[in-house]
Amino acid sequence: MINMNNFVILPILIPLLSAILLIFKTKNLMLMRIFSTAASAIGIVISGILVQTVFTKGIQTLSLGGWKAPYGIVLAADQFASLLVLTTAIIGLLVGLYSFRSVGEKRERSFYYSGVQFLLAGVSGAFLTGDLFNMYVFFELLLIASYMLIVLGGTKIQLRESLKYIVFNIVSSALFVIGVGFLYAVTGTLNMADLSVKISESGQTGLITVIGVLLLLVFGMKGGIFPLYFWLPGSYYAPPAAISALFGALLTKVGLYAITRVFTLIFIHDTAFTHQLMIWLAALTVIFGVIGSLAYSNVMKIVIYNIITAVGVILFGVAVHTPASIQGAIYYLIHDMLIKGALFMLAGTLIALTGTASLHKMGGLIKRYPVLGWMFFISAISLAGIPPLSGFVGKFKIAEGGFAEGEFTISMLILLSSLLVLYSVLRIFIHAFWGEEKETPKPNHRTAKGLLYPAAIFLLLSLLFGLGTEWVSPYVDQAAETLLNPEKYIEAVLKE
Amino acid sequence: MEILMAVLAGIIFMAATYLLLSKSLLRVIIGTALLSHGVHLMLLTMGGLKKGAAPILSEHAKSFVDPLPQALILTAIVISFGVTSFILVMAFRAYQELKSDDMDQMRGNDQHE
Repeated sequence: MINMNNFVILPILIPLLSAILLIFKTKNLMLMRIFSTAASAIGIVISGILVQTVFTKGIQTLSLGGWKAPYGIVLAADQFASLLVLTTAIIGLLVGLYSFRSVGEKRERSFYYSGVQFLLAGVSGAFLTGDLFNMYVFFELLLIASYMLIVLGGTKIQLRESLKYIVFNIVSSALFVIGVGFLYAVTGTLNMADLSVKISESGQTGLITVIGVLLLLVFGMKGGIFPLYFWLPGSYYAPPAAISALFGALLTKVGLYAITRVFTLIFIHDTAFTHQLMIWLAALTVIFGVIGSLAYSNVMKIVIYNIITAVGVILFGVAVHTPASIQGAIYYLIHDMLIKGALFMLAGTLIALTGTASLHKMGGLIKRYPVLGWMFFISAISLAGIPPLSGFVGKFKIAEGGFAEGEFTISMLILLSSLLVLYSVLRIFIHAFWGEEKETPKPNHRTAKGLLYPAAIFLLLSLLFGLGTEWVSPYVDQAAETLLNPEKYIEAVLKE
Repeated sequence: MEILMAVLAGIIFMAATYLLLSKSLLRVIIGTALLSHGVHLMLLTMGGLKKGAAPILSEHAKSFVDPLPQALILTAIVISFGVTSFILVMAFRAYQELKSDDMDQMRGNDQHE
C-alpha cells in the first residue's frame, strides 16, 4: 500500500512560511496579529485533516526529495505524531490570542509572532520526522526559536536565566549529535524504522543499550526528567506568561515524545534494563516535582513544578509499556499540554491583575474576579484528574497498566501524587481567591476579560476531551497500537 | 587513526567541560564552541577515516569514504555557528544590563530579581 502524501509536510511548512513572511511585516501590528492567527487556524485545519487521514488510511509518509526511505529523509505521520501535531497547532493559536493583551507591543513588534511560528514549525517537525538526525535539526530549530522568545524584551531576569538555558541546551544538543554519531557508527543508518530493523537483526548489544541511555539522557534534559530538570524552574519563570505557556505546554513534551518514539521503536529489546531505569526516573521525577510545587509560594513556580510532576507521570506510562499504560500516557500527554496552557495563562492573568506573584500578598480576589476564580478551580481539579475532566482517563489507564505489570509501589505513588498536586494548586485558589482582600503592590482594576478567552477555550477543550473520551478513544487506541507494534511503523516507512 | 582521533575528541571534550564550569561568561562560551568542535571531530571519526577516495559515486568506484557523516557535520557546524553568534550577542547584552560577566553573580532567586 502506497501512502505517500504531500500533506504530511504542511504542518511544518505553513508555520515556517508564515514565520518568514512575518519578519517583513513589523510595521502594521494589526496585520501581524491577523496573519499569525490565520496561519495558526489553517495549521489546525491541516493537522485535523491529517489526523483523520491517518485514522482512515493508516500511517502517511513522505520521502523528501524523492529519495527512498533508508537513504533519504522521510517524514512519517502515525496517529501519535498526528494527534500531537494537532494539539500543538491548537496551543499555537490560543497562545497567539493570549499574547495580544499580555506580551506588550514592544515585544510584538520585535518579531514575537515570527518566533512563535518558528517554534511551532520546529515542534511539528520533531513530531513528524522519521529520521534521527533530522529530529536533531528540528530540535535545533525549535530551540533557537525558544532562545529568541525567552530573551525577547531583554529584562534583567530574562537575560540572566536565558544564558543558563542556552548553555545548558547547547550541551544537551552536543550530546544528541554524539549519540546520533555513535548510533550511525554501530548500525550504519539513521532512519528510525531502519534502525529498528537493524537492531532487531543484530540484537541489542550492551553498546546499543548504552547509546539508548545516552539518548534518554539527552531527551531527559529537554523533557525535564529527575536529575536533569534543574534548569526548568528558573528558565520558564523568566519570560512573560504567554511564552511560559507556550514552553510549558510544548517544549518538555517534545522531549517526552522523543523518548516515547525511541523507546517504543528502536531500543525495545532490553526493556528489563532501559525501561526499568525509566520507571525509577519517573518515580523520582514525580516526587521531586511534587516537593517543588509544595515548597513555593510563588504562583508561577507552583505551576512550573507541576510540569515536572506531569512529565514523571507520562514517563511512567511510557516505561511500563503495556497497551493500557501507553494509551494512558497518550491521553495524559494531550491533557497536560492543554491544561498546562490554561494554568500558565490563568497564573499569568493573576499576576497581571495583582502585580505580584507571591501568594502571601494576594487574597479575596473571588469578589472582584469570580470568573477567573472558578476557571482556576476547574483547571486545578482537571490537573489533579477528577473524573469528568480530562486528566482522569490518562491517570486511570497509566495506573491500570502499572498495577497489571506489578509496579504497585510506583503506581500508588503516582496516584498519591495526584492528591498533592491538587493540594499545591488549590493552595493558589485558597490563598489568592478566599479570605480578606489585600492591598496588592499594583492595585489594578482593569478587567481580565481579554486575557480569559484563550484560557476558557483551553478549559472547554479539556472538558470536551474528558467528557468525549468515547469519541477520542479510537484515535488514541490506534496511536497506542502503532507504538506497541513497531512493525506497522517500519512497514509504512520502508515498504514501497 | 580512529583511536587517535577518538582520544583527541576526548581531550577536546575535557577542555570544553573545564571551560564550561568556569565563572567567566566568555570562557563558558568558548567552552560551548570547543564542545561542538569535539562533537564534529567525533562525527567525522564515526564514519571511518582513510578508507578511500572522495565520495563521488560512479559505477566503477571501488573505494570511497562515507559521505553521510560529512553531510551531518556540515549541518551541525552551521547550527553551532548560528547558536554561538547568538549567545555571544546575548552575553554582551547581558553584560551591559547586569554589569557583570560572572556566572556566580547571576544566580538569582525568588527574593532577588
